[in-house]
Amino acid sequence: MSEIRDYSLNFGPQHPAAHGVLRLVLELDGEVVERADPHIGLLHRGTEKLAESKPYNQSIGYMDRLDYVSMMCNEHGYVLAIERLLGVEPPLRAQYIRVMFDEITRILNHLMWLGAHALDIGAMSVFLYAFREREDLMDCYEAVSGTRMHATYYRPGGVYRDLPDSMPRHRDSGRRSEKDLRRLNEDRQGSLLDFIAAFTERFPGLVDEYETLLTDNRIWKQRTVGIGVVPPERALQLGFSGPMIRGSGIAWDLRKKQSYEVYDRMDFAVPVGVNGDCYDRYLVRVEEMRQSNRIIRQCVDWLRANPGPVMAGEGKVVPPQRERMKGEMEALIHHFKLFSEGYGVPAGEVYAAVEAPKGEFGVYLVSDGANKPYRVKVRAPGFAHLAALDEMVRGHMLADVVAVIGTLDIVFGELDR
Amino acid sequence: MRALQHFFKSFLLWELLGGLQLTGRYLFRRKATLQYPEEKTPQSPRFRGLHALRRYPNGEERCIACRLCEAVCPALAITIESGVRADGTRRTTRYEIDLTKCIFCGFCEESCPVDSIVQTRVFEYFGERHGDLVMTKEKLLAVGDRMEAQIAADRAADARYR
Repeated sequence: MSEIRDYSLNFGPQHPAAHGVLRLVLELDGEVVERADPHIGLLHRGTEKLAESKPYNQSIGYMDRLDYVSMMCNEHGYVLAIERLLGVEPPLRAQYIRVMFDEITRILNHLMWLGAHALDIGAMSVFLYAFREREDLMDCYEAVSGTRMHATYYRPGGVYRDLPDSMPRHRDSGRRSEKDLRRLNEDRQGSLLDFIAAFTERFPGLVDEYETLLTDNRIWKQRTVGIGVVPPERALQLGFSGPMIRGSGIAWDLRKKQSYEVYDRMDFAVPVGVNGDCYDRYLVRVEEMRQSNRIIRQCVDWLRANPGPVMAGEGKVVPPQRERMKGEMEALIHHFKLFSEGYGVPAGEVYAAVEAPKGEFGVYLVSDGANKPYRVKVRAPGFAHLAALDEMVRGHMLADVVAVIGTLDIVFGELDR
Repeated sequence: MRALQHFFKSFLLWELLGGLQLTGRYLFRRKATLQYPEEKTPQSPRFRGLHALRRYPNGEERCIACRLCEAVCPALAITIESGVRADGTRRTTRYEIDLTKCIFCGFCEESCPVDSIVQTRVFEYFGERHGDLVMTKEKLLAVGDRMEAQIAADRAADARYR
C-alpha cells in the first residue's frame, strides 16, 4: 500500500462559501484539516492612505465601503473620532438618530450573516426570509439618506438631514388590485418613525420564525454544536470582540463598557454564550437582534416626543442651511469654505471605537492641524477574528471550515481595507 | 417523563416538521416579490441616482462654473473647464462626470450653491463602452430637461430638511 500524505487544497477566492475574496490554503489529512492558512489582501483599496489626501468629510463615504454590510456603524466610528478631536458635541436628537440607525444596521448585518451562514450550512429558506426583512430596513436607509447602502449620512456635528415626515409609497403599476396595493402601503402611511415602529412590532415574531427553522433543528445542531470552540481565555488573547467574544462567555460590549452617544440611557441586555462554539455564537447574534429591536423601539419613542436640531457647530464645521446660504453673504462664504477647503482639526491624536455588529470598530486618527488627517488607522474586528481561523478549524473536517468561516462573520471590505 | 418526551420528539422528527410547517405556510401565503420591470420599490425624494444639470425656467443653464462640486468630489469624478460666453457671463465649456468613478455620495448636490447639479431618481442606465458612462454637459442637461418636473418636486419635498 502506498503511503497517504497530506495534501493542500486551495479554498477560494472564488468559492461561494468564502464570503467574498478569502483565499484559504488548507492542509488536509484525508478530510481532516491539519492547518489553515488564510491569505488576505485581495480587496485592498488603500482606504487609510486615501483618507490622508482628502479633507475630513470627503472620506465619510469611503467608510461605508469598509464593512459593506454595516455601513452606518463604520461612519459612526470615523465621525466620532473627528468629533472628539474637534470637541464638538452633536445635539441629543442626532445622538438618538445615530443610536437608532446603529441598531438598524446591527439587525441588517445579523440578518445578512444569519442568511448567509445558514445557506452555507445548507438551509435555504432562512436566507430568503432574512432578505425580506432587510428590504424593509434598507427602505429606512433610503428614506433618510437617499441610498440603500452607502448612506454618507453621519457627519461630524450630527447627521445630515432630519428624519422625513413621510415614507415613500408603492405606486400603482397596474399589476395589483387596489386592495393589494393598500396592503403593501399599510405601514407607509405615516412618517419614517411610524414605519420603523411597525417594523419593531412584527420583527420579534419573525425572529421566532428563524429560530423555528434553525435553533432546534438537528441538522443545524450537528453542524454547529462543538465546532470551532474558543475558550474564554483564548478569546481574550486573540483580541476577539463583539459576538465572537460574547459567544465565549465574556460579557464585553462597548455600548455598556465605554458608553458612547446615548447608549447609557438605553435599556438592553448583553447576551453571552457558554461553550464558545458556533452554535452559541448563533444564539448570541439572534438574541442581539432582539435586543437591538428593543433599543430601536426606545429611540423611536424618544424621537417622536422630542423634535429639535440634528446638527451642531454650524459655520465652523457644518455648512449652513441652504436657505441661509442663499440669503446671507457670510453663510455663503462659510458654505464655500467648508465645501472646498473643509475645516481644520486641532493637532492631536484620538482613538474612537464603536460596537459595530462584528465587534469593536475603531478609528485611530492623528491630526497635524491641517484640513486632512495626518494618519487614519482603522481597527477592523474581522482581522483579529480571521487570524484565529487556523486554530478554530484545526482537527475539524473540511465541511466544518465553511461553518467556522460563517460564524466569524468576516467581510473583506473592512479586513483588507 | 422529560426523557420520554425528548425521545418521542426526536424520534418523530418534531422540530423538522415544525420547520416544514413554517415553510409550508409561506408556500400558500402572498409573495413578497415585486415583478421588477413593471413594479418598482418605493423611492424616496432624497434618492441619489443619475446626475443631471438643471436650467432656470427661462431656459438658461444654472451652472456658473464655480467649481465647488469639482473641489468636493471625493472620487475626483468631475472635470470642469470654464470660459466667458459671448454675452460676457461665465459658463462651463466642459462639464463631465465619470460615472465609473462616481461613488454617489451626494456631495456635489450638497455643495452646489445654485441647485444646478442634482442627483435624480434614475438608476437604470447603461453603457456599451466606457465612453458611454462619461456624462458630458449635453447629456447631463438632457437628463435635467427630461426629469425637471420630478427633480423640482423632489427638491421642494425635501427643502425644509436641508
